[in-house]
Amino acid sequence: MTDAHAHGGAHAHGHGEPQGFIWKYVFSVDHKVIGIQYLITSLLFLLIGFTMMLLMRWQLAVPTPADDFDPEKLGMIRSLLNWIFPESMPFGFMDPVFYNQLGAMHGTIMIFLGVVPLGVAAFGNYVMPLQIGAPDMAFPRLNMMSYWTYLVGGIVIMSSFLADGGAPQSGWTSYAPLSVVAPAGQTYWLIGMVIIITSSLFGAINFIVTTLNMRAKGLTLGRMPVFCWAQLVTAVLLLLAFPVLEAGAILQLLDRVAGTSFYIPKDMIYGATVFPRAGGGSPILWQHLFWFLAHPEVYVLLLPAMGIVAEIIATNTRKPLFGYKELVGSMIVIGILSFVVWAHHMFLSGMRTSLANLFVTTTMTISIPSVAVLTCLLLSLRGGTIRYNTPMLFALAFLPMFGIGGLTGLPLGFAPTDMHLHDTYYVIGHFHYVVAPGSLIALLGGTYYWYPKMFGRKMNETLGKVHFWMTVIPMNFVFFPMLIQGMYGMQRRLATPTDQWHNLPVQGWSMMIGIAAAVLMVGQLPFLFNFVWSLKNGEKVGENPWNATTLEWACPSPPPHGNFAKEPEVFRGPYEYSVPGHKTDYWPQDEAA
Amino acid sequence: MSTAIAETNTGISNAKLGIWSFLASEIMLFGGLISAYVILRSGSAHMVMPPRSMMGVPLATFNTFALITSSVTMVLALAAIQEGNIEKFKRWILCTIGGGVIFLAVKAYEYQHKWHEGITLSSNLFGSFYYTLTGLHVIHVIGGLGLMTYIFVAGSRGRFTPDSHDRVECAGLYWHFVDLVWVILFPILYLL
Repeated sequence: MTDAHAHGGAHAHGHGEPQGFIWKYVFSVDHKVIGIQYLITSLLFLLIGFTMMLLMRWQLAVPTPADDFDPEKLGMIRSLLNWIFPESMPFGFMDPVFYNQLGAMHGTIMIFLGVVPLGVAAFGNYVMPLQIGAPDMAFPRLNMMSYWTYLVGGIVIMSSFLADGGAPQSGWTSYAPLSVVAPAGQTYWLIGMVIIITSSLFGAINFIVTTLNMRAKGLTLGRMPVFCWAQLVTAVLLLLAFPVLEAGAILQLLDRVAGTSFYIPKDMIYGATVFPRAGGGSPILWQHLFWFLAHPEVYVLLLPAMGIVAEIIATNTRKPLFGYKELVGSMIVIGILSFVVWAHHMFLSGMRTSLANLFVTTTMTISIPSVAVLTCLLLSLRGGTIRYNTPMLFALAFLPMFGIGGLTGLPLGFAPTDMHLHDTYYVIGHFHYVVAPGSLIALLGGTYYWYPKMFGRKMNETLGKVHFWMTVIPMNFVFFPMLIQGMYGMQRRLATPTDQWHNLPVQGWSMMIGIAAAVLMVGQLPFLFNFVWSLKNGEKVGENPWNATTLEWACPSPPPHGNFAKEPEVFRGPYEYSVPGHKTDYWPQDEAA
Repeated sequence: MSTAIAETNTGISNAKLGIWSFLASEIMLFGGLISAYVILRSGSAHMVMPPRSMMGVPLATFNTFALITSSVTMVLALAAIQEGNIEKFKRWILCTIGGGVIFLAVKAYEYQHKWHEGITLSSNLFGSFYYTLTGLHVIHVIGGLGLMTYIFVAGSRGRFTPDSHDRVECAGLYWHFVDLVWVILFPILYLL
C-alpha cells in the first residue's frame, strides 16, 4: 500500500522541486487540497440534487391543468419547462417516469454525492488531521484516489440520464424485483454505487488509521475533539456497513445482466407472462442487504454534523462542552446500535410480530444516546457567553431542528404507528428534518466556521445572516407540512397525488411547500456569492480568528504543506475555555502550561 | 528516507492497522454474500443442490489443501525475511505464488467442467451463488498473486530487511484472509 513512515516531521518540509499545477492541485495528495476538492464537488452535487427537487415540487404544487388551462397560452414557467424538457414535461406537466427518475436521483445524489462527501470527506479530510496535530493523513495517495474515485462514481451516476430509458427510476432504495426489470439506467446506478463505495472504503480506512495512529504527543484519545471522535465512529460505520450493500449490488447487477435470480421469486409474473428465470430468490433479501447499509448510513449523515455543532458551540460559548465523556460515549453507542435497527424500514414487508418487536426495541433504544448528545449540546449553552456569529446561528438552529426530526422518528420506529405512516409523506418530512434542517444546517455552519482556516479570509457576516434566515425559515415551511400530509395518508413517490381523491384536502400544502422551496433556493444565492466573493475580498485572518482552543487554530490560515512547523505537543483537553485564573478566556491545547 | 519503525500511537504500523481495517470490510463483503447464500439455502424451497457426485469434492479438497499450503509457505517466507535470508524468502514466496496458481488452474477446470454439466450462473440459485461466491474469491486470489509478485520483486531487490519488512507481513495477512474465506466457502458449497 503506502509508506509506513513516521510522520513527526517527515513531510513537513515538502518536496524538493516546485510541483507542477496538475500534481499540486489536481492530483494533490495533501489532505487540505483534497478536502477542498470534496467541498466544492459536494456543494455542486447538492445544488444539482436540489434543482431536481425543485422540478418535482413544481409538479406537486400544480400537478394537473386548472379549469381554465389553455395549451396555447402556457404561463412563463410552464413554457420554459416545456422548452427545456419537451418529452418529459409536455406543457410543463411532468411525465410520471421522469418524476420517478428525478426522485431516485435526488435521493442518491443528495446522500451519496452530497451530504456524506461534505460531512465526512470534505470537513473530515480538511479538519481532522489538523485537530490531531498530524502533518497529513496516514495514506495520502489513497486519499487522493478516494476523491477521484468519488468523482468518477458521481459522473457514472449522473450519466445515467443519458442511458437508454433514462436515469434509474426505482427509488434510491432500488427495491427488487422492480429494479431488476428496470431500464438500463439502473445498471449505471449499481456500477456507480460500487465505485462510490470503493471511494468510501478508501476514506474510511484512512480516517481510522489516522485518528488512531497519528495523534500528536499528548493528544490522548481523551483529549481528542468531539469532531474527531464523530469522524472515527462514522468511518467505522462506513467500513463495516458499505460492503454489505456492495454485496447486494453485485447480486442485483448479476440479476440484471447475467440472468441470475437472487431477488426473483419462482414463477414471477411480469407483464402477462412468467418471467423467464430459474427463480427461487427473494426480493426481501435485497431489502435486508440494502437497509443493513442504509441505516448506519443515516448516522454517517448525522454524526459529523453533531461533531461540527459541538466544535462551534464550544468556541462560541467560551466554556467547555457539557459532558465530553457522555457525548463521545453516546456517539459510540449510536454507532454500535445502528447495526441492529435496520429492519425498522421493513415493518411492512410481512415480518412476523416477534421480529418486528425486536427491531422496535432496538430502535427505541437508539433514541436514547441520540437525545443524550442533543442534551449535552443544549446544556453546553447554559452559562455561556454566547457569540452570535454566523456559524453559531447555524449550530444553534441544528438543535431544535434535529430535535423535531428525531421526535418525528419515534412513531416510525414504533411498528403499530408505522403501519399508518410507512411510505407516506410523514416519512419524507421526518428524514428531511434530520438531514436538511438538521445535518445540512450544521454543515453550512461548519463551512462558515472553517472557511477562514481554509482560505485565510472570513466570509461576510451580513450575507451569512441573510443566508441563515433564508434557509432555516423556508426549510420549516417545506418540511413541516409534509408531516401533516403524511398523517393524512398522502403516499410517497406519486407524480400526481391528486389522482387519489383522499389527497385532495392536503393538496394546498403542496402549493405552500413549492413556494417555500423556491424561496429556499433563492436563499442559497447569498451563500454562493459570499463563498466566491470572500475568497478575494473577505476580511483577512491570522491563525486563530475565533480564539479557539483546538489544534487546527494553531497553524497558519491556510496551513502550509505539512501543517505545523514542528509537531505540536498537547498539554490539556480540547475545550479549556474560561479557565479560572487564566489571563485569556481560552487556553489552546498546545500552549505550554 | 527514515529507516526507523514508525512510532504510532497504537504501536501498530499504519500499514498493518490499514490492512486489518481493510480485512474487516472484506469480512463484511463476503459475510453479506455468504449470509445471503445461507438464508436462501435454508429458507428457499427452490435452492436445489446438485448431487454430491457432480460437485467434484475430491478435486476441491485437493485445491483447498493447495491454498492452505500456500498460506503455510507464506509464513515460512515471512520467517525467512525475519532472519534476513533473501534466498529462502524468494523460494517460499515462489511456492506461495505456485500454490495460488495451482488453485486458479483447478478452479478454471472446475468452472469449465461444471458449466458443461449444466451448473451455470443462471441455471439455478445454487449455480448463481456458486459462481458468484467463488468468482469473487478468485478475483481476490488474482489480486493476491499480483501482490505476491510485487513482494517477490521488491524482496529480490533488497527492499525488506529483518528490521523493516512491514509490507511482507501485510501481504501475508491478506493472503491468510483469502485462504480463510476459501476454508469457509469450501464446506458450505461442497460439503454441507
